[in-house]
Amino acid sequence: MARSAPEINSGSMADIAFMLLIFFLVATTMDVDSGISRKLPPIPEEQQDDTPPIKERNVFVVLINSNDKLLVEGEPMDISMLKDKAKEFIANPKDKADLPEKKNVNIDFFGTYPVSKQVISLQNDRSTSYDMYIKVQNELAKAYNELRNEISLQKFGKKYSDLPADKQKAVRKIYPQRISEAEPKNVGGN
Amino acid sequence: MAKFNRKKKEGTPAISTASLPDIVFMLLFFFMVTTVMRETELKIIVKVPGATEVKKLEKKSLVSYIYIGKPRKSFQKIFGTEPRIQLNDAFAKVSDIGQYITSERSERDEKEVPFMTTSLKVDKNTKMGIVTDVKQALRKANALKINYSTRKEIVK
Repeated sequence: MARSAPEINSGSMADIAFMLLIFFLVATTMDVDSGISRKLPPIPEEQQDDTPPIKERNVFVVLINSNDKLLVEGEPMDISMLKDKAKEFIANPKDKADLPEKKNVNIDFFGTYPVSKQVISLQNDRSTSYDMYIKVQNELAKAYNELRNEISLQKFGKKYSDLPADKQKAVRKIYPQRISEAEPKNVGGN
Repeated sequence: MAKFNRKKKEGTPAISTASLPDIVFMLLFFFMVTTVMRETELKIIVKVPGATEVKKLEKKSLVSYIYIGKPRKSFQKIFGTEPRIQLNDAFAKVSDIGQYITSERSERDEKEVPFMTTSLKVDKNTKMGIVTDVKQALRKANALKINYSTRKEIVK
């Protein structure tokens, strides 16, 4: 019978593993990055000024001044009102004359649907705080998300986030997120 | 007379620690898989604002980070208390962003470049002026996909 090799003492295995564990705990991060995704417009090329101007009724103007105060469509407004005002503007449920026009578009699953030609224009001052800016962005995103959820529940009986990709795309076509940020300028002094 | 070899009572028997390494290794692998190596040491204070409509940032390998905030205490003597930009491990100026984006792009595969995102980690007390400058620099560098990093806030 071959002599068996002497067993290695594995008592300190746990210590080695603990050491490695602690190294990884210290050297790595687990934070999930989350945030509001936006797409910046490309730098406009010169002599490209033949695009038709957007009608005033189709634009929802949001201004933030240096004291973090809001001016929405020419009226001062509290941030808590912004979402409902934006929702009313985007959907224009009663076809009011001062809210955006609608255009019939053929969309999968929905057939012909009147899609509003809304654009939200957001302007801020150089002294606006970043916190306020994100709050406004968040409220506007919430307005779009709630409208998308409403129509998803109505049509498919599910939340927007639970829909398959092709249906999400159709819903996105009805309420496309159009937030335009003006070229930076100094409004309202410092 | 039959002999009974009765064991002496010894209190509670010791718990076997033979499987302790296995348990620790399991933990170790869990942490190795779920975490990412720390890449930068922050020289500025960044406390991102909260928001409710957040999306998770997918594919961390395609994300480049720009940090904006006040310098930490130990750096305030040299750099002052005004918000500063940090790229990788060093303080930077707005004019450095173009080069930073170019170098980030050259590290990635050409096919992946259109999916690259820039995550802006900005302290909530920063003024928009510096953020606007950074955004303009990103537009010039044609890095148009951005993400304002925020904490997820629970809806009340």
